[in-house]
Amino acid sequence: MGEVSTAGSGAGSGVGARVRRKEDDRLLRGRGRFVGDIALVGMKELAFVRSPVAHATITGIEIPEEHRGAVFTWADLAAGGVKPIRAVSGLPGFKVSEQPALADGKVRFVGEPVAVCVAATRAEAEDIAASVFVDYAELPVNSDMLEAVKPGAPKVHDHWPDNVFLETNVGGNIAEIAATAPVKVSRTIRTARQCMVPLEGKGVVAHWDRHVEQLVLTTSTQMPHIVRAGLSECLDLDQGLIRVVAPDVGGGFGWKGLLQPEEIVAAWIAMRLDRPVRWTEDRREHLVAAANAREHHYEITAYADARGRLLGIEADAWVDAGAYSVYPFSACLEAAQVGSILPGPYDFAHYRCRTFSVCTNKPPIVPYRGVARTGVCFAMEQMIDAVADAVGREPWQVRLENLVPPEKMPFDNVTKKHFDSGDYPESVRRAVAAIELDGWRARQKSGEADGRLIGVGFATYCEQSAHGTAVYHGWGIPMVPGHEQAQARITPDGGLELRVGVQSHGQSMETTFAQVAHEVLGIPLEKIKLVHGDTGLTPYSTGTWGSRSMVMAGGAVATACRTLAERLRRIGAHLMQAGPDGVVLDGGSVKAGAAAVTIREIAHTWYRAPQLLPADVDRGGLEVTAGYKPGSDHGTFSYATHAVALAVDPEIGQVEILDYVVVEDAGTMVNPMVVDGQIYGGVAQGVGTALYERMPYDAEGQPLASTFADYLIPGFTEVPHVRIIHMLTPSPYTEFGVKGIGEGGAIAPPAAICNAINDALKPLGVIVTNAPMTPEAILGAIAETRGAA
Amino acid sequence: MKAVDFDYAQPATLDAALELLAREDVMVRPVAGSQSLGPMLNLRLAQPELLVDITRIAELRTIRQEGDRLVIGACVTHARLEDGDYPDVTRGVLPSVAAVIAYRAVRNRGTIGGSLAHADPAADWVNVLTALGADVVIAGPGGRRSVPMTDFILGVFETALQPGEIVAEIQVPALSDRARWGYYKVCRKTGEFSHATGAVLVDPARGVQRCVAGATSGKPVVIDGPALFADGCTEAALAAHLDGSPAADDPIALRTHTVALKRAIAQVMS
Repeated sequence: MGEVSTAGSGAGSGVGARVRRKEDDRLLRGRGRFVGDIALVGMKELAFVRSPVAHATITGIEIPEEHRGAVFTWADLAAGGVKPIRAVSGLPGFKVSEQPALADGKVRFVGEPVAVCVAATRAEAEDIAASVFVDYAELPVNSDMLEAVKPGAPKVHDHWPDNVFLETNVGGNIAEIAATAPVKVSRTIRTARQCMVPLEGKGVVAHWDRHVEQLVLTTSTQMPHIVRAGLSECLDLDQGLIRVVAPDVGGGFGWKGLLQPEEIVAAWIAMRLDRPVRWTEDRREHLVAAANAREHHYEITAYADARGRLLGIEADAWVDAGAYSVYPFSACLEAAQVGSILPGPYDFAHYRCRTFSVCTNKPPIVPYRGVARTGVCFAMEQMIDAVADAVGREPWQVRLENLVPPEKMPFDNVTKKHFDSGDYPESVRRAVAAIELDGWRARQKSGEADGRLIGVGFATYCEQSAHGTAVYHGWGIPMVPGHEQAQARITPDGGLELRVGVQSHGQSMETTFAQVAHEVLGIPLEKIKLVHGDTGLTPYSTGTWGSRSMVMAGGAVATACRTLAERLRRIGAHLMQAGPDGVVLDGGSVKAGAAAVTIREIAHTWYRAPQLLPADVDRGGLEVTAGYKPGSDHGTFSYATHAVALAVDPEIGQVEILDYVVVEDAGTMVNPMVVDGQIYGGVAQGVGTALYERMPYDAEGQPLASTFADYLIPGFTEVPHVRIIHMLTPSPYTEFGVKGIGEGGAIAPPAAICNAINDALKPLGVIVTNAPMTPEAILGAIAETRGAA
Repeated sequence: MKAVDFDYAQPATLDAALELLAREDVMVRPVAGSQSLGPMLNLRLAQPELLVDITRIAELRTIRQEGDRLVIGACVTHARLEDGDYPDVTRGVLPSVAAVIAYRAVRNRGTIGGSLAHADPAADWVNVLTALGADVVIAGPGGRRSVPMTDFILGVFETALQPGEIVAEIQVPALSDRARWGYYKVCRKTGEFSHATGAVLVDPARGVQRCVAGATSGKPVVIDGPALFADGCTEAALAAHLDGSPAADDPIALRTHTVALKRAIAQVMS
């Protein structure tokens, strides 16, 4: 560790090469195999009866006589020994929620599953669901987190003293700065509750495999091994009796990074009926029951000197965590992150942040791409612009004033985050140049013929990824990642099979892990096969989350391949009757001077002609399972500056993005094309957070959007053409110097776009601070300012 | 969500369709392009027992000119109106407006008659055909009747259609050579529903000066006659005309509708 490979030149098909994706031939031709494509003999379909109210006691469930045997409730599951989901954070003071897979006498959000119906087709299952009558005695509702923490608010969990999963306090020692700082700016900032809307919704097929005597759950998940652990706990079934398989998965973003109540129900029904069953989440179920991400509220103050140098940040932050704690990330990951990462990429000394994970009558919060960082960046970057405004400087200048400079790397910030490497200020300078700020400033002065207002905004962040053991232990998450495992096996014909417990659902691992292996072994990509996402076939892994897979599993693949390389080298040397010294593995062959023996020949020897092997051959042979951790447990820190130029139509409140630049540093890129793809996709979601996506709730906790006509996501015409500029500062702690980058694209767009809108609205004296920045919000802010004037 | 179980009929003639639609023993609904009814079926907001598909009825799929009117069959798709294989008597209104209805995939199936019968206030034809002064020909058990657009659309999802009746055709008057028109809609996204629509027709030769504010919380708001133009079409004048109408539910709605109308008028004036 610590060494930086010379790999990454971009030539060939190893690390750094922009090679086409192996998985695209299957996926782009519509030949993938998703949960919805699976057909098992005798398979039944499930439909759920879901709560139409946000908070109620269930006083009765009436099942029509003709459907008895086709409808199951918690009473059936409980009698069968099923236990509720318990996702307990290790942080002191955490209040535990119990989430039964089907409601147990009480419902706590609209869309909560109450009963499950089984039929030959989904339509018939829905017919049965419509015939089930549930009697709800409605209770007062917590539809807003700030109301839910007030004394006397109705309690979501009756035995709790209040509606707070957890309160945390980070930092302190801010009073003196607060009293003396020359500049003080405060903001109230909010992000909206969102749905993640992967192209493919959740889905699961469950059956009991009589041959191997295992429950087999084929489910659209990012973390099969963790789903197995959770199922084992809830079904009281040994993990050896459960196999969890992820088939092709059409996007996850976090929504598939948890144990689903529906997975427990499907598993139990399959065992109870001894039949395969399937549940497929439809879009309406997703929008209603899975409106579960991003909802933050900040009261934040920045203290600075007259140049805009930050002296301190003080904040109270509320996260609407919904009704239950999700397995495995808990109800507190989001707020715990807020407390520790709010300072962003900046170097300042004084900090205090209090966070509340608030329990409300909404779907349980789930970490969405970027997790708390999108909200944190939205808050912090608005403050940088507010400070710049207060001291009369350009926002980019104030960023340069405060970003951790490269000469201080590696750097421990105010919350003891260990930034590994990079030149943060340079990303700002390049973004200013690339967006051509001077040109936009000149255009702002001359005005637009159509009356629109031009604005330019910036946002800078650093993203901790591939979190290590200490980080997750510190956040109290009951799923602490350790050494990531990978298995590498030379096949008898000289190919390579890689087995990893992470799961690829858009990350291109079938290509990129092959590139890593190729870099070490020289075996051509087409001879390298990745097996992933299956507890029956792969080593244990916590799965794909936190931008960790390339750093962790990629590192493990490289480590396993290096061990293989040494074994191949020794056998090859023997076959060439050469001593081991001076014998090298190069280009898929072991070479000693002019002599060479191919990996194929060595494989043939090990598997088919072992009489030719040396007496002291490694008995492990040509299969290796290796564990890997980076040299630092803090994870990697990729970073970026996003710059956006846009036009605001002050008459109708609409925003058009005119140019968008991302200057980012992913360390060494295994496949730059894949990195670009991650950024494009992330920015698209960030634009959604910034301008479109919001699940509105009324005072009764009713979600007011249930189709894409009401819940808007950006489409082809709304996502800007993104210009990407790469910086390449390797991490000193990882294989090849790679950093995790899967989430970054989604972090900065709301902040950059908000800052640009406020730059545009500056002549009107108008400020917007809440996402999404809809036409109604912008017009409302303009009207409010006019009214106040 | 999956639709409830229903029967499906695809009659070849209008008479056969009307016979089915007149049945009182089952819940029956006509369907054409299915671009609004389809989602409603899957969301179970509509639960018919019998769907009568009228798209195979030849006479509902024709476009013909009759004197100074263009007669468009109810089952003519938006895509066909966009592509323009007919004598366009509207100086580009029909193809231009058709081209901005939702997405091409929707336009390939969605029909002009279906759009009117559904009567979503945000629908393009609901507002544009009002501005053009079109008439809707309704076919039903009692024969045919013609209704002007202003009497056809009664409110949100409300029309003059009686049980058993369907839209048969739309008759659009020809514009004169010097007619000018403007159309502006405020949409959050390309192809999404409009939040405020302005449609304007000025045809001095025929004595028409008509402004329509659409995508309101009610039927299209029609400002007919020279009064508005006499006011100079200032924003204040427009807002005064819209005040108290379904375009003025709140100050931001009023403002947005005013701007949409202003921008449509500006197209006429330019």
